[in-house]
Amino acid sequence: MAREIRHLRNVGIGLCALILTACSAPSDDGDGGDGASAAEEATSAEDFGGMDELVAAAQEEGELNVIALPPDWANYGEIIETFSEKYDIKVNSAQPDAASQDEINAANQLEGTDRAPDVFDLGQSVALANTDMFAPYQVETWDSIPDEFKDPDGTWVNDYGGYMSIGYDSNEVPEVSTLDDLLGSEFRGSVALNGDPTQAGAAFSGVVMAAIANGGSADDVAPGVEYFQKLNDAGNFLPVDPTPATVESGQTPVVIDWDYLNAALAEDVPGWTVVVPEEAVVGGYYFQAINADAPHPAAARLWQEFLYSDEGQNLWLKGGARPVRAEAMAEEGTIDQELYDALPPVEGEPVIPTNEQTEQAAQYLSENWAKVVG
Amino acid sequence: MSRRTTLPPSLALLPFLGFLTIFLLIPTVTVVVGAFQEGGEFSTANIEALFSEAALRTLWNSVLLSASTAVIGAVFGSLLAYIVVMASPTSLFRRSVTSMASVLAQFGGVTLAFAFIATLGFSGVVTELLRDTVNLDIFGTGWLFGLPGLILVYTYFQIPLMVIVFLPALEGLRPQWREAAVNLGATGWQYWTQVAIPLLRPAFLGATLLLFANAFAAYATAAALVSQGNPIVPLLIRAALTSEILLGRQNLAFALAFQMIIVVAVVMTAYALLVRRTSRWLR
Repeated sequence: MAREIRHLRNVGIGLCALILTACSAPSDDGDGGDGASAAEEATSAEDFGGMDELVAAAQEEGELNVIALPPDWANYGEIIETFSEKYDIKVNSAQPDAASQDEINAANQLEGTDRAPDVFDLGQSVALANTDMFAPYQVETWDSIPDEFKDPDGTWVNDYGGYMSIGYDSNEVPEVSTLDDLLGSEFRGSVALNGDPTQAGAAFSGVVMAAIANGGSADDVAPGVEYFQKLNDAGNFLPVDPTPATVESGQTPVVIDWDYLNAALAEDVPGWTVVVPEEAVVGGYYFQAINADAPHPAAARLWQEFLYSDEGQNLWLKGGARPVRAEAMAEEGTIDQELYDALPPVEGEPVIPTNEQTEQAAQYLSENWAKVVG
Repeated sequence: MSRRTTLPPSLALLPFLGFLTIFLLIPTVTVVVGAFQEGGEFSTANIEALFSEAALRTLWNSVLLSASTAVIGAVFGSLLAYIVVMASPTSLFRRSVTSMASVLAQFGGVTLAFAFIATLGFSGVVTELLRDTVNLDIFGTGWLFGLPGLILVYTYFQIPLMVIVFLPALEGLRPQWREAAVNLGATGWQYWTQVAIPLLRPAFLGATLLLFANAFAAYATAAALVSQGNPIVPLLIRAALTSEILLGRQNLAFALAFQMIIVVAVVMTAYALLVRRTSRWLR
């Protein structure tokens, strides 16, 4: 009995010693401790002492947590893979199909754990409502990002964008050039919208597009709701969430979605055609930001550097998205010209709804969208 | 001495009370408090939002879905239970139906939604078969992904649940009562309307209420099936929490949950009053 107690006491002493060494480790290794806090504060690669040090600090962390990045969305699958191989950093991709608000929810719920997301890729309204959660950072290519696509401090930066489009299987349905074409009887049970416009950014922009095509504007989305009402009354609106699987199986022969998402489908579906309706060009950019409480602050910053490098921007372009530095890269000749030329042509001045317009339209939709699909 | 012997039983309740506090009391209080707040301050804005046209429509859909599947489940489930109870307790038929009902009553969520999509969806087995053989399009414009689809899919677990909860009541009907009624000159019709049905009514109504609550609170099946619109209250709560378009509506989610608590409370009170009346003579 007495021996057991002594034995336990020894274990206790051992544990205390372990804890002490664990606690004192950072102070012994001054560089590591400073490095971690410096990474959290760093607003550019220079704060690390240059790109090489940033890469080293990120590799020290060894992991990067990303969230809500579907592999088939804007080529994120290849982007993650390339980054992971290039820097030998493990990328943990959580909830690939989650919505923007889920990213913020996850950051709040997992705050302080090493599973919290390091970086965000958000829709406009969610991004602008949560700027106090972001860490400002300016990538090395900062100067070639147009001013209207970035926060002056780099709290958020637009990463890629596109235009609302109609994608359709030309082997299944007649040619489409305007939204009104979709009201015909040949499109019975064929037209899908990517998500619910009261919840998903892409679907919301689809309604704005329909509004503009029918005499409305970003300030007045009622005609857009009326359009979908007509579509539903004609029996053409399909209440199915379109995915590459539903498109390949022929279940959703017409999909209203961002042009880069629609364009990505053309690879697997012969005859898949993408049009940006001339009478209603609606644009939208996503917002990239670093979580201020990122468990891997250096890796999060290296991810930004990678995304805004020529390589990262061209990878987005490969997914059919328009990278934010596209124009500057086209001038420099660093853009993949073949891919750039392959983007669906856009004519007319694009409408990009402001945050106020979005809020007002969202309010209208919350009261009226249910009538359309109810 | 006597105190010592009475203490343990009440102590044994503690874990249960602890459970009740953590998983029922605290969440309920959180929901009620949250429903009357906005931005950390007292507000009735979210309660008022429950009376908007869209929210009322959703509530109506939810009640319609729950009530219709409860009635369909109760009627077909009790008929099936009656057929089962007629068979001998050891028969293969009875044993297989009861075990199947036990499994299917718990068969919900994503698996159930997928099973229906694989069967009746656009490229579902049955849809393709009917399309190829008799050129009939049962998929239409996607009714499976709206309220009609939910009614069909919910029925799939409501009927077996009814069988399970109603079977004991039917088993409690003693053959002697029927014999006594017949001896007194009752016809089959009179036995059912004047003896069996009054006896079974409280159990039947109770089971129907259980089915209603079961459907009213079900979330995963609907979430997996419906992506367009938020036809029922649990999906509207999801939208209030995860929408990337309408932000900052967490407290509306609390208000909607509060509304659901009230609906169930009203139904349960009505049931309690009903049972007290119908079972008065049983006492």
